[in-house]
Amino acid sequence: MTASSATARRVALGLIGLVFAVPIAAMVAFSLRSADGSGHDLNHWLAIVDPENERAYRNLVEGVTNSLVLAVVAAVLVLVLLVPAMVLVHLRYPRLARPLELVCLVPITVPAIVLVVGLAPVYSVVSRVAGSGAWTLALAYGITVLPYAYRAVQSDLAGTDLRTLTEAARTLGAGWPRIAARVVVPTLRRGLLAAAFITVAVVLGEFTIASLLNRVTLQTALVQVSRSDPYAAVIFALLALAFAFVLLVAIGRVGTRGPGSSVISPAPLRKARP
Amino acid sequence: MTTVARRAGSTTRASSTSDGVGSPGGRRRPPAWWGLTPFALYVLAFLVLPCLLALGTGFVDGDGRFTFDGIAVLGEPGVLRAFGSSALVSGVTAVVGAVVGAVACWGLTALRPDGLVRGLVDSAASVLAQFGGVMLAFAFTATIGIQGVVTQLLLTRFGVDIFADGVWFYQVPGLLLPYIYFQVPLMVITFMPAVTGLRPQWQEAVATLGGTRRQHFARVVVPVLAPAFVGSLLLLFANAFSSYATAAAIISQGAQIVPLQIRAALVSETVLGRENVAGALALGMVVVMVVLMSLYSLLQRRTERWQR
Repeated sequence: MTASSATARRVALGLIGLVFAVPIAAMVAFSLRSADGSGHDLNHWLAIVDPENERAYRNLVEGVTNSLVLAVVAAVLVLVLLVPAMVLVHLRYPRLARPLELVCLVPITVPAIVLVVGLAPVYSVVSRVAGSGAWTLALAYGITVLPYAYRAVQSDLAGTDLRTLTEAARTLGAGWPRIAARVVVPTLRRGLLAAAFITVAVVLGEFTIASLLNRVTLQTALVQVSRSDPYAAVIFALLALAFAFVLLVAIGRVGTRGPGSSVISPAPLRKARP
Repeated sequence: MTTVARRAGSTTRASSTSDGVGSPGGRRRPPAWWGLTPFALYVLAFLVLPCLLALGTGFVDGDGRFTFDGIAVLGEPGVLRAFGSSALVSGVTAVVGAVVGAVACWGLTALRPDGLVRGLVDSAASVLAQFGGVMLAFAFTATIGIQGVVTQLLLTRFGVDIFADGVWFYQVPGLLLPYIYFQVPLMVITFMPAVTGLRPQWQEAVATLGGTRRQHFARVVVPVLAPAFVGSLLLLFANAFSSYATAAAIISQGAQIVPLQIRAALVSETVLGRENVAGALALGMVVVMVVLMSLYSLLQRRTERWQR
């Protein structure tokens, strides 16, 4: 590539970056507007931490708390249900790898707005069995994160020779519990960590299912607050976006094992097929 | 994992005769597929069952009898208009998103692939593409809403009223910019692997054979990237078609696009005789999504030929 082409590419990238910075900058400017609209100050930010406004933001606090609980429960679901199934298929049933991948990618084709139509009756049963605790929504979130979590773990599974490692451990006399704790988890720690982080990011951003099942989460509370106090909503949205960005940067640091194993790409991971 | 493994271990001897599933090779291992049951049950209860319920309710009337009446909703003018609007918004934002995103990918090749900036751009792209939803709606309300920073700046400094012909932001046209804002990053995520798959050697080969850079672009780059570009375009269309959060946060009244029609149908579920409208709409939507995603995976298979 010539020097002029490299410059052109940098200019194009810079321009697109600038345009994309406008809404984020506008959010910051919007949140700094003074009450009379004439200038800029920190009042809206201070109002967030002012104990006097605690009642006004009670809903928001509840939403944040619920979302954090949901994020943790959904991450546990992924680690307890999806990961063992993936490891088992990888080690013992390679022929099931393709069906498993298809199942995990279904939530891309069946979007949340469609899924929620069928989840409504399911949840009327769930709330009878398990109560209407906020955490129960995590059962649905465990499904919506499947494509992301699957990719995070699969890219790691494909990059390691777990089969040989577990066979070696068995030859040396280790039982399966010991193999799980001492071989599988340490070997896949990048994938597991990435899967957990991406689950947290998806759950904190999820709105569709929570809103249509009338649950209070970070996103539904944000929409509600935005009706009465758009400044608070914009500030919390900025913070949530920043938090998601930090999570994704962290995934970028730990979650990939060389090029072509992007955790976030919606493309099927055919290359990773065993 | 541990309980599963333990169960599998303890049944080693007992199962050697009954084990025939999944291991016709005659391995004397226990039915370890038991370990798959927790995940299978979970998927059945929270993915398969909701899918069947969502798609099935369109075919059932209020008394539980099979009927095609529910599906007839898909032919109503209001619903057809919503599908049209959805297709228009998805089409426009997919095309703009794909073109701008492809330029961004070309720009990104100027950066070191393992560099800090690339990492940050990738992370920002996935935040905006996949986890923004409601927050992006707020971002654009703060930018080009009635009280938005850019709206007010244009009005007070330049005397330009972007809402002179009516406030279009809280209607379907208001979805275009926010949607493009998450379509471009999604294009970067999906199209970038194809762009990095272009080998510099191909350009050298063209140069050795006396070809120009334009010939390299027209005869090598375009044919190699075309399937990936069209595939990504389809994925972007599907993404916009199925996205709900941004639209719901911007348009609080009315049901101008299909996901908002489903919202209206779910919220007014108590209206007699309209119980299965949401199911019929969901079915219509899934049909569109299945067609798009099937084409996408076909094209994806072609794309991967060049990515080894």
